[in-house]
Amino acid sequence: MRSAAADASGTDYLESLPRKLVTVYLPLGVFLFVLLFPFYWMAMTTVKPNAELYDYKTYSPFWVVHPTLDHVKKLLFDTSYPSWLWNTVLVSVSSTAISLVASALAAYAIERLRFRGSRYVGMGIFLAYLVPPSILFIPLATMVFRLGLFDTRLALILTYPTFLVPFCTWLLMGYFRTIPYELEECALIDGATRWQILTRIVLPLAVPGLISAGIFAFTLSWNEFIYALTFVSSSEVKTVPVGVITELVEGDVYHWGSLMAGALLGSLPVAVLYSFFVEYYVSGLTGAVKE
Amino acid sequence: MTSAARLLDRIQNSRDILGVLFLLPAAALLLVFLTYPLGLGGWLGFTDTTIGRPGVFIGTDNFVSLARDSVFWLSVWNTFLYTAIASVLKFGLGLWLALLLNRNIAFKSLLRAVILLPWIVPTVLSAIAFWWIYDSQFSVISWTLTRLGLIDHYIDFLGQPNLARGSVIAANVWRGIPFVAISLLAGLQTISPSLYEAAMLDGARSWQRFRHITYPLLTPIVAVVMTFSVIFTFTDFQLIYVITRGGPLNATHLMATLAFQRAIPGGQLAEGAAIAGAMIPFLLAAILFSYFGLQRRAWQQGGTDA
Repeated sequence: MRSAAADASGTDYLESLPRKLVTVYLPLGVFLFVLLFPFYWMAMTTVKPNAELYDYKTYSPFWVVHPTLDHVKKLLFDTSYPSWLWNTVLVSVSSTAISLVASALAAYAIERLRFRGSRYVGMGIFLAYLVPPSILFIPLATMVFRLGLFDTRLALILTYPTFLVPFCTWLLMGYFRTIPYELEECALIDGATRWQILTRIVLPLAVPGLISAGIFAFTLSWNEFIYALTFVSSSEVKTVPVGVITELVEGDVYHWGSLMAGALLGSLPVAVLYSFFVEYYVSGLTGAVKE
Repeated sequence: MTSAARLLDRIQNSRDILGVLFLLPAAALLLVFLTYPLGLGGWLGFTDTTIGRPGVFIGTDNFVSLARDSVFWLSVWNTFLYTAIASVLKFGLGLWLALLLNRNIAFKSLLRAVILLPWIVPTVLSAIAFWWIYDSQFSVISWTLTRLGLIDHYIDFLGQPNLARGSVIAANVWRGIPFVAISLLAGLQTISPSLYEAAMLDGARSWQRFRHITYPLLTPIVAVVMTFSVIFTFTDFQLIYVITRGGPLNATHLMATLAFQRAIPGGQLAEGAAIAGAMIPFLLAAILFSYFGLQRRAWQQGGTDA
């Protein structure tokens, strides 16, 4: 059976090649150029020596004549960048793990146990997904302060699940829905408990969904900014996005080389993860949008 | 069977008890760190709390003073302008890109993968790249335009109110297009090609095929995608904070960045909470819109409930 995607353009042969070049490939090329240019620009700036960076008269800004790793070296050895990277990894991994466990249990309960009121809980999860961090950060800041968590990694690990849990639960609910009921019924008849059904049947079958939710949650935590900016103030506990923006920008003199190096290095881990799991990202993205 | 074993047995077979147990970790996290702060934020807006001093209830004083605050109204206007223009552009360009990607083209899966990159990398970090691209002395855009002979002096992208607004909107659109395009592409791929073939046999032009097949079948997913897009654009913080910090002359301050500026560096937690709270009515309107969008989707598929 051919998928709908494979022959979605079944009538394309009716169009001539020159026409297709202008109507499809040209605009596509422009899109691609605009969407990727900032990354090229980041990379170019990272490897340019300062002499070329600020001299457009003798050097073309689009190319580098004497590539250098000075900016990267400065970033790794003269700033706290390595510890920001470590903090980001630590916070992202911990909050993702907490969220995945909580979400898998919740999604199974809502989707399969069908307890009284599970529909409303499902609705609630969806609504929680729509509460943006920018209206929560002020009250959360006062809570974090009163709990004595201000300026700790724990503050971030505990608050990131507020946007991760609704997202992961919603995604996993969709995945659990695709697992046939019959499998669970068979296991129930054979005397398995609900816990055994979840750990031995449902979760193994939902591995693609768990990977989707996991890498998405990791990416969302890696990219988080407003909570990290508000709840943390010392350099040792900052995450990459916050560290780059608050500590590499000194006064009015911007060190564009190391700023761009910081941006590039901070983007690489998620970009690499993404390149390995593209399909999971796409299904995570579209799964979250579909009901 | 001992009574303890019987109890265990009962727990394992009761959907309600198990449901509550399984739900417990997620519910605890969300109630403590989402629901409670949501309420607390509402309460804070009616107090005079500052950093380091718990406040007392002062009624609607914060909102009354905000109503007389021209910077606040400017930020409201900016937020609506930013959301409206950016959403329309994201939708138009995203739909166009999705339609292009849905064609029979070379390197389709590679292209699809590459196009999602702007959405994957940390917004703050790509925003720094835009900040550099918009630099008043070393902007690569100005350089190119000068070389082409189109302008004779460098553009001060972030120095003039309307140019700055346009610049941050462009950065937001850049970041948002992939999400819209890839989601709509998924929607497009569910439309059966036989519908197009049938329409072509009936002599439908390409615009007619779009208008009478693609558009109606895509409407439900458009409603959901755009609701998400609108909500996250309306409450955007990161791009503005990095690129302009609300300047020049508060011309790019959004409600979220103004709330942050007043609450955290300014110390006026209550005032910040009031500004953030003022976003809630709009968000509720958007969520209601989303709800009815979902209802319509179920109805179109012949379902009876959402």
